[in-house]
Amino acid sequence: MSDHKTIQEIENEIVEEFSLFDSWDDKYEYVIDLGKKLPLLEEKHKLDENKVRGCQSTVWLVADYANGKVHFKADSDAIIVKGLISMLIRVLTNHTPDEIINANLDFIQKIGMTTHLAQTRANGLLAMVKQMKNYALAFKIKNSMTHGERSAETKSN
Amino acid sequence: MIQSNTITKELDVYAIRQQFPALNRQVKGQPLVYFDNAATTQKPQVVIDALVDYYTNYNANVHRGIHTLAEEATAAFEASRDAARQFINASSREEIIFTRGTTEGINLVAYTWGRKNIKAGDEIIITEMEHHSNIVPWQILCEEKGATLKMIPQQDGTLLLDEYKKLLSSKTKLVSVVHVSNALGTVNPVEEIIKLAHQAGAKVLIDGAQSTVHLDIDVQALDCDFFAFSSHKVYGPTGIGVLYGKKQLLEAMPPFQGGGEMIKEVTLEKTTYADLPYKFEAGTPNIGDAVVLKAALDYVSKIGKAKIRNHENELLAYATEQLVQLPGLRVIGNAANKVSVVSFVIDKVHPQDIGILLDNRGIAVRTGHHCAQPLMACYGIPGTIRASFAMYNTKEEIDSLITGLQKALKMLL
Repeated sequence: MSDHKTIQEIENEIVEEFSLFDSWDDKYEYVIDLGKKLPLLEEKHKLDENKVRGCQSTVWLVADYANGKVHFKADSDAIIVKGLISMLIRVLTNHTPDEIINANLDFIQKIGMTTHLAQTRANGLLAMVKQMKNYALAFKIKNSMTHGERSAETKSN
Repeated sequence: MIQSNTITKELDVYAIRQQFPALNRQVKGQPLVYFDNAATTQKPQVVIDALVDYYTNYNANVHRGIHTLAEEATAAFEASRDAARQFINASSREEIIFTRGTTEGINLVAYTWGRKNIKAGDEIIITEMEHHSNIVPWQILCEEKGATLKMIPQQDGTLLLDEYKKLLSSKTKLVSVVHVSNALGTVNPVEEIIKLAHQAGAKVLIDGAQSTVHLDIDVQALDCDFFAFSSHKVYGPTGIGVLYGKKQLLEAMPPFQGGGEMIKEVTLEKTTYADLPYKFEAGTPNIGDAVVLKAALDYVSKIGKAKIRNHENELLAYATEQLVQLPGLRVIGNAANKVSVVSFVIDKVHPQDIGILLDNRGIAVRTGHHCAQPLMACYGIPGTIRASFAMYNTKEEIDSLITGLQKALKMLL
């Protein structure tokens, strides 16, 4: 499992997987397949407050924090977007808030998804990344406050 | 090539295509199929050349300079106003105001005529199929004035005129209606809408953003009070458009923005305003694009709108016939009178996924709510896939769209 892999290692894995595809159709078929396999989000989470703004499709994202690690769940009514979130979740879930905040996520460029997707949709992807990092940041702040640590050095990115 | 003295019934689409350089490009390794014409059209070489010519040879500020370049720029700028007047058959050039586009034209009317004439308790009527640009300016105005905004409902792309008649009353001060729906392609019966509004004592604004490129526009025959359109949807440059208004209305309206160009005389105590149309054209206008608008309008007129319309209607019929054969596909908006726009949804598939996979084959369509969220809400859908055709599109391109859709569906379902 990915428990012991760093975010960078998982990113590298994805880049390597994509390098096997010859055509864009193959890449999209893979992303669509990921979208279909992503576990469904329970209806109770499909609330307005969990929607990610800035996407043409509807994207719901929820996160929880346990044992120092953040876990993400997401869903979308559009399957390609769902496949893209599935990859983001694979990379970011089960990591510490700091690891998530500092992740550079350049695998998105390396597999060609930002340049290939039109600007508006790429913005949707960026909105998702931002939202995931915001969750991590929120957990970090909450954590430092509940542990009585000084949160003055908490950086916002 | 199309010869101006040759009378051919059919439009020579392959000759036309040669005149649009953007159509030669490849997208994702495939020849571009551009079906997003309702958003903006590609530009013919004559339009591109006219823009280059302006900046290369006679760029100058208009109206004030006495030097040669300023005179040439002013002459070209005003010739473009004449071309626009002729294109929509306004009775005088004073009635043609250059704007940034349809949106600014509508806002100009809302902020000047609207602010002066709309009072608490008054009503403004729009339709359920408006673009946001013909909803939001009126919402802002109604909120400011304590007036009410009402919508003429539609069914399967057709406005319910009986409902419209019920909405009209002595409280109605303005009816602002889209001529052709950008999301559905419906051609609305504006002649009747205008007549009924006038009988109720209301003024009428026609949003011509989508109609001007397809239909013959005669603002005098329509008898509308205002008509707005954008250059970039008529094969011209972005950033320029036209607002037509009846002269006596424009004369009675306060200015929109203050500044240079729109004044007669300025003292600290009082400013008198310039005559029409300059009263509504504060500051240095978008001269380059205004000048080039003439090249675009002349281009369309030379080919002939009737000929273009025939060709586009054939494309619409062919596309609709092919599309409805795809399993689970539903055309949104089946009005009897449509321009070359076909909007559709497919069961169990999000429009965005289709848009991405078509783009992957070099096919440009629009997906989403088309800035018409109230309309999408009444269909209970988040958006549609929209293919909109122009004079340069072909049946072969529609075949590519169908093949692209079949492949996309195979991947998605």
